[in-house]
Amino acid sequence: MIYGNLKVRKLKDRLAYAIALLCVFAAAVPLISILLDVLVKGLPQFSVEFFTSELPSPGTGEPGGIGPAMIGSMYVIMIGSAIGIPIGIFSGIYVSEYGNNWFGRSVRFLTEVLSGLPSIVVGIFAFLLLVLGLGGPTAYAGGFALSIIMVPVVSRSTEESLKLVPNTIREASLALGVPRWKTTLNVVLSHGRAGIITGVILSIARIAGESAPLLLTVGWSPFVQTSISEPISTMPVLIYLYGTSPYENWINVAWGTSAFLVIFILSLSIGVRLLTRGKFAYSRL
Amino acid sequence: MHTAGCDILSDKKYKMETNELNAWFGSFQAIKNVSMKIRGNLTTAIIGPSGCGKSTLIRCLNRMHEVTPKARAKGRVLLDGEDIYSRDVDPVEIRRKVGMVFQKPNPFPTMSVFDNVAFGLRANGIRDEEFITKQVERSLRQAALWKEVEDNLDGCGAGISGGQQQRLCIARALAIEPEVVLMDEPCSALDPIATSKIEDLIFDLKEHYTVIIVTHNMQQAARVADYTAFMYLGELIEYSKTKRIFENPEEELTEKYITGRFG
Amino acid sequence: MSPRKAYQEELDKLSSRLEKMAGMTKKAIAMAVESFERHDMEMVEKVRELDERTYGNLVKAEKEIIRIIALHTPVAGDLRFIATSLKITTDFDRIVRYATDIADIAERTSEMLHFKASVSTPHMAEMAVKMVDLAVDSFTKKDLSKTKEVFELEQKVDSLYDEIFREVLTYMMEDSQKITMGMNYQFVARYLERIADHACNIAERVVYMETGERVRM
Repeated sequence: MIYGNLKVRKLKDRLAYAIALLCVFAAAVPLISILLDVLVKGLPQFSVEFFTSELPSPGTGEPGGIGPAMIGSMYVIMIGSAIGIPIGIFSGIYVSEYGNNWFGRSVRFLTEVLSGLPSIVVGIFAFLLLVLGLGGPTAYAGGFALSIIMVPVVSRSTEESLKLVPNTIREASLALGVPRWKTTLNVVLSHGRAGIITGVILSIARIAGESAPLLLTVGWSPFVQTSISEPISTMPVLIYLYGTSPYENWINVAWGTSAFLVIFILSLSIGVRLLTRGKFAYSRL
Repeated sequence: MHTAGCDILSDKKYKMETNELNAWFGSFQAIKNVSMKIRGNLTTAIIGPSGCGKSTLIRCLNRMHEVTPKARAKGRVLLDGEDIYSRDVDPVEIRRKVGMVFQKPNPFPTMSVFDNVAFGLRANGIRDEEFITKQVERSLRQAALWKEVEDNLDGCGAGISGGQQQRLCIARALAIEPEVVLMDEPCSALDPIATSKIEDLIFDLKEHYTVIIVTHNMQQAARVADYTAFMYLGELIEYSKTKRIFENPEEELTEKYITGRFG
Repeated sequence: MSPRKAYQEELDKLSSRLEKMAGMTKKAIAMAVESFERHDMEMVEKVRELDERTYGNLVKAEKEIIRIIALHTPVAGDLRFIATSLKITTDFDRIVRYATDIADIAERTSEMLHFKASVSTPHMAEMAVKMVDLAVDSFTKKDLSKTKEVFELEQKVDSLYDEIFREVLTYMMEDSQKITMGMNYQFVARYLERIADHACNIAERVVYMETGERVRM
């Protein structure tokens, strides 16, 4: 049998490998340079005061901190999660378990459309609905906007995890005379929980860094906030405001916040991957 | 269709019965006019080549067939004389009385051995933990698995060997005390030693349950079943006492199949 | 191409071996009676040779049967065939033993004279051979009509035996010199009757093989 020139094939193989490697570098270089830049400029800002003090006034020498912005971010993330996660999960359950019909398919399609919406459009929607309509920027408007972004992410990952649950598991439960809904809740959900939790955590990581919706909905407040129906300071908005300002101390704080946000989101993403590695994912979660 | 060797009992002694049963997957008809009467406290085997409809048939007996999308069934299936396909019957109820063990062992991997067996009980609303513990032990003993797991009931349900997993699934099915146990090729994924343990188990189950087993292994049917039904292309070709089928079958098709001359 | 090629080949091989044994059996009967009629010592030796060969085949056939059972788990028709084969090899063996007994008598009576009026032993032998022939035919061709003939012939053989018995008795009563030879005729007739019996056995087994029913003639 004639196989052709082995040397040429080996050469082609090495060439292809080299090209692929080159592309990887091309993709990695911007990422790494951004990370480095942010960390180099931002890490020096870290200190206990940085994370706990009030926001600094512009221009003055006081260092200040981002405590209020962190709390604000936490508020909007929690509101967004409280709305988005349950809706996302149940939507995902519906499409996966009961959605083998035109309605289920439409829901799925709409979810995909939603996930492709630019976040600023989501922001505008929330702005028109809750800010203009109800008289002013508020934390809950921001939370609402973020939840819209979360729903498709959570729904999709829930649906995919549940679809991965082998049908034999469902049949085993049904054959024991357990009704459909109980089978879904007790068995299917339990089996797919790794994927669902992953999706939830990743969705949180996603919205932690969303800025456009917040810019349009939560406004800004230099003080610590306790009410969610008031404007509130958040980290992404802080980065925008302080980073584009002429004040050096503000710019430094912006770098620090960027570094913090980046580290926070990276740890969530990497952490989730580590948790769900290997076949012991079930017992860990 | 011959049912020689099946003495006609009064209808009450038949645990289950099918009457002109037909079943489809979409437009494909998997079962054609199958009528058979199954005696209680006995093992009945259903044999036949791949695609003959035997798995579909038993899935109709506990209304699992309709779980598959685009699947439907028509005809009557009687359990203790009552039609399980009548409108006012809840399939969930039927499945509590007619349990099933599948071809590939499917214990719940996210639950312990104990929880696996207890699942059916708990999901059906039983809360008395003492009772559950007793039932779990009883079922595991009936499934000949107790001795092997009694020290490790909290171990992962999927962490035991294939043969043990299958016995676990059997224990799980027995825990809710069904009346009939359906088995769809329960040993086909197991090695010979595990297989013979399960065959012994099937022999003991007859005392309390009615067992219907689908198998593609004819020797297994010969070993464990009192009655054997042979199906081909969705039809019931022959159904009588196992020793009759294997010594002197009525139908030529049956003879060809069991002597391995289907070619 | 039908599956289970190796299995079918073994079944066919067994069938041929049984046919071979049947052939030897028929020959043995014919030769034994002829050796008796004609005081032919060479034929006596040939009969003894056949006996050994038949026995050798019996052992081989048994081994083949056991192997088929162990390896192939025959069921239904095949099982009945195997069970029948096992039994009829014994029948063949016994038939040839009786033929040998007749040959022994031939040897013992080599110096003696036959009665003038020919005793119908050749006729009986012919019928016995025919019966074996028919029985084996019904086995290899799975033809039940032939077994019927065997059962009918069995009746005839029985009556022939009675006839010979009375005839020889008469000869012996007339002339005490004829007693020795007369006894030998009786033995020969007896052996032939037993041979016919075994042929009947074979036919009965064939009926079981084909229908699953056990009959007794």
